[in-house]
Amino acid sequence: MSVYTPIFAMFLVAFAIGLGFLAVATFLGPKRLSKEKLDPFDCGNPPLGTPRVPVSIKYYVVAILFILFDVEVVYLYVWAIIFKDLGLFGFVEMLVFILIVVGGLAYVWRKGALEWK
Amino acid sequence: MAEALILAVKIAIATMFVLNLAGLLTWAERRQSAFIQDRLGPNRASVFGIRLIGLLHPVADGIKMIMKEDFIPAGADRVVHTIAPFIALFPAFVAYAVIPFGDRLPIFGYDVNLVVSDINIGLLFVVAVMSIAIFGIFLGGWASNNKWSLLGALRSAAQMISYEVTLGLTIIGILMVYESVRLDEIVRAQGDLLFGFIPKWGIVTQPIGFLLFFAAAMAESKRTPFDLPEGESEIVAGYFLEYSGMKFGMFFMGEFAEIVVIAGIIASLFLGGWQIPWVTTEMLLKAFPGWLVALIQIGVFSAKVVALCWLQLTIRWTLPRFRYDQLMRLGWKMLLPISLANIFVTGLVILLLQ
Repeated sequence: MSVYTPIFAMFLVAFAIGLGFLAVATFLGPKRLSKEKLDPFDCGNPPLGTPRVPVSIKYYVVAILFILFDVEVVYLYVWAIIFKDLGLFGFVEMLVFILIVVGGLAYVWRKGALEWK
Repeated sequence: MAEALILAVKIAIATMFVLNLAGLLTWAERRQSAFIQDRLGPNRASVFGIRLIGLLHPVADGIKMIMKEDFIPAGADRVVHTIAPFIALFPAFVAYAVIPFGDRLPIFGYDVNLVVSDINIGLLFVVAVMSIAIFGIFLGGWASNNKWSLLGALRSAAQMISYEVTLGLTIIGILMVYESVRLDEIVRAQGDLLFGFIPKWGIVTQPIGFLLFFAAAMAESKRTPFDLPEGESEIVAGYFLEYSGMKFGMFFMGEFAEIVVIAGIIASLFLGGWQIPWVTTEMLLKAFPGWLVALIQIGVFSAKVVALCWLQLTIRWTLPRFRYDQLMRLGWKMLLPISLANIFVTGLVILLLQ
């Protein structure tokens, strides 16, 4: 039995639980729908325009920063596990890497990408 | 055959652990918040006049939510709207597949490892699975065809990915100390003693990492003080505004299941998982039969998880909500630099001790 068989079984169980909940949510309970009930909630008013409006560019910047920093984290995982075997050499090498990351952080900080006004 | 049976039992235990604890937490949270606010809280649900201090409320809530009308608002993406709560709920169960409940023990003649699967990338698996929940929340908010939902979804996505960087960087400190990504090995390594008398728990070797991880994990679970995605006083209810009945219940349960997962990970990484301080598995096995040792270790792990859940509930009812710029400042300008510095200091200390 591969070590991933239990993981697969766990996925199946989680799927079954989730689908079970979805099924009872959909098929049990009353269904008395009306136009007013199906209106998107807009604090009691008829909804104005489409809700799929352009959003603040800030969220986009955060998403890009996340990709950049999270990819760097992945490199660090590999290094962290064999850190004790690498000794001083590995430490200095990774110090250079972390300093470049810190440099990037300082840059976006100076540029104001982290400000929410 | 026996192997498959053991696996089935282990999966049942892990799933029931999350389901039951999540259900109990919905009650515990309301009860605890009531005590904090000098009220009594829910204690009325009863079967044949037996109230059980309100312990039947989760059951009553479940039945109520199942019997509620389920609707999909006009203009919503019907498929995405339906599967979103499912995506939000199921990662919590899968994450428990790699969290160890106990050591490798001889039980009734079988060699049982008390973890559903001891894959060699355990910790990475947990992090990867936990980030799937973001999709459920974002898709649910987007598909609802509602402005408030979209705002809530955007807020939750930005918040969760911001704190995930800190989460990932904090784990690196743990990996450096214990030299493994396998959760069972990390927990086993925490049974050693530091300087001969201090248990080598993560909270001792990585105190800053513990605080950072806890803060970032709280932000991942989107609860007060980090509950801006919901923000009922500003954006009504955020991403699950257009959900009703059990679909809302799935988001709700997903949130509580995530508390249990976070507590399980923190217990495994920082509080020694199933380890009892100064008592090794060998000592336990000499004194008790295997099945009793398994029960003891599962009990110890559960106690730590429950304590951490209690801590999260207490924090939720003690602190007010952040403003969005404060949230982002905390994530990017404080936790992220500190977690980078934590890696540096950890490396320096390990080098000096060698």
